Amino acid sequence: MTTTTVTLPTTAKSTAAAKVARRRAFLHWVAVHSVAIAAALFFLLPFVFVLLTSVMTDQQALTADLWPHHWQWGNYLKVWQTPGFLTWWRNTLVYAGLGTLLTIVSSLPVAYALAKFRFRGRNLALMAVISMMMLPPQVTVIPMYLFWAKQLDLTGTLWPLIIPMAFGDAFSIFLLRQFLLTIPKEYVEAARIDGCGELRTLLRVILPMARPAVAAVALFQFFYCWNDYFGPQIYSSENQGAWTLSYGLESFKGAHHTDWNLTMAATLLVTAPVIVLFFFAQKAFIEGVTLTGVKG
Amino acid sequence: MAVATTAVPAALRRKRRRERARTLAFLSPWLIGFGFFFAYPLVSTVYFSFMRYDGFAAPTFTGLKNWDYVFNHYPFFWQGLRNTLWLVVVMVALRVTFGLGIGLLITKLKTGVGFFRTAFYLPYLAPPVAATMAFAFLLNPGTGPVDHLLGELGLPQPGWFTDPSWSKPALTMLAMWGVGDLMVIFMAALLDVPREQYEAAELDGAGPWQKFRYVTFPNISPIVMFAVVTGVIQTMQYYTQAIVAGKVASGVIGGSGQQFEPGYPHGSTWTLPQMVYNLGFQRFDTGSACVVALVLFAISMAFTSLLLRRRSGFLPESQDGE
Repeated sequence: MTTTTVTLPTTAKSTAAAKVARRRAFLHWVAVHSVAIAAALFFLLPFVFVLLTSVMTDQQALTADLWPHHWQWGNYLKVWQTPGFLTWWRNTLVYAGLGTLLTIVSSLPVAYALAKFRFRGRNLALMAVISMMMLPPQVTVIPMYLFWAKQLDLTGTLWPLIIPMAFGDAFSIFLLRQFLLTIPKEYVEAARIDGCGELRTLLRVILPMARPAVAAVALFQFFYCWNDYFGPQIYSSENQGAWTLSYGLESFKGAHHTDWNLTMAATLLVTAPVIVLFFFAQKAFIEGVTLTGVKG
Repeated sequence: MAVATTAVPAALRRKRRRERARTLAFLSPWLIGFGFFFAYPLVSTVYFSFMRYDGFAAPTFTGLKNWDYVFNHYPFFWQGLRNTLWLVVVMVALRVTFGLGIGLLITKLKTGVGFFRTAFYLPYLAPPVAATMAFAFLLNPGTGPVDHLLGELGLPQPGWFTDPSWSKPALTMLAMWGVGDLMVIFMAALLDVPREQYEAAELDGAGPWQKFRYVTFPNISPIVMFAVVTGVIQTMQYYTQAIVAGKVASGVIGGSGQQFEPGYPHGSTWTLPQMVYNLGFQRFDTGSACVVALVLFAISMAFTSLLLRRRSGFLPESQDGE
């Protein structure tokens, strides 16, 4: 075999080799993409099944049929008109919107100080931030609940969820700091020489450059609030008027025991805004994930 | 002369003081937050762990009674720890391996990269309550589409969230479905591996496995380490999916008079955070809830200290920031 190829003229040999290489590349392409399609089915089929079920009739949703016989788009209207659903939406938007805004305003200066100021105890402060970031919320929930319930009588409202965000969020501080480190200190020094105060340097020079990181933090925080279940369960569940979507969704299932179609429609209505937002801000989001996930 | 020598240090001192005031001002939101939402509640949790307190009558000192109760009499504590260990060993390992595999797959794709990347990432965005309810439905024995498909294919149809030996595997599947965050992190790390190293390995006649073993893996091992440690920390906090899955599968949700005790089925989904909820907010045993909270704190901080080691890759150029 090898001897025959050696005797072949050079041009024929190279085209034969190229043909083998092309075939191998093609097979490789087929194999890799088959695996990718299988994986895509695993990731996307749940969405498809949920969507299909959400437009079935009540009776059909209880059967093993996969394809809806009569498309009941009215199910979405029914969910939308469920008493409370609009209130949950409004509450979730207030929690996520205000929470995100407060988080950015309070976390940015802290991140800036940790990234650009020299002071004693800076490493200690950074370690404390990371420890807070990794702290399960359940560790401190008992005293916090007692505080909000007994001292301020604010349980059953959204305030115990929102107010803490005015005091810096550890994860946001960490992410912003990681980004601010990548801004060369010359920018800060030039601004100082021009007579800018630190606050003006932060707002006029650093903030415009840090826009992608701020966008990522805003998205993360918005999603965190939107998805939060433990917080609303502890602090606001006692008052139905203060429920959020995550908490309400579960009770929706409770109220519609076997109506899987309505429950799935509600599930999609809660998921959709997150996904729409993601498509608008995909780039900032992916950048943010990589930023927290360390660059080696 | 004398005036000059004292004037300079005075100016310097003033500048130092101004800088310190400025640093404090910038840090102030977080300093207040740290004191108020971290230090104070932590100290208070330690205090309450030695107290008998039902939330109404004044707290009374009970010594180590709460600790004894949690460790020796609370029926779910050790089961919950065993569940957590199971989740750490199986769920974290599978999720990291799967995330790395999906990340590798993306970097090998030539066509439709954008589509696949979005498709693989999307489930990560689904709110946990929504995703858990969707899975509870998909896997629901009798009516769930996945259950149905398994039957069509002649595969076993386990009870998933209603079967104590399948509830944790079902939760693991849910966690693997939302692997998008790890995929993105691994993708970035894989793209950072220097191309020359692969070329050098190819010249030495390395096959695909050897290239992975000797080039890819050593380059991304800090990220793998990071994924494992943060995965363990997240598992310590595992709450929403477990409690919602239990509620939906057991059919006990919310209604007045009904109270759902987590862990369904047969305690197979108990985790430490759910015990804090159960003891503190369902049994009104504040002291014992605080004991569990402190155990949770100790384990979480032990793993966090692993992250804070320099070599973990978590604090790259950071230590001397400026």
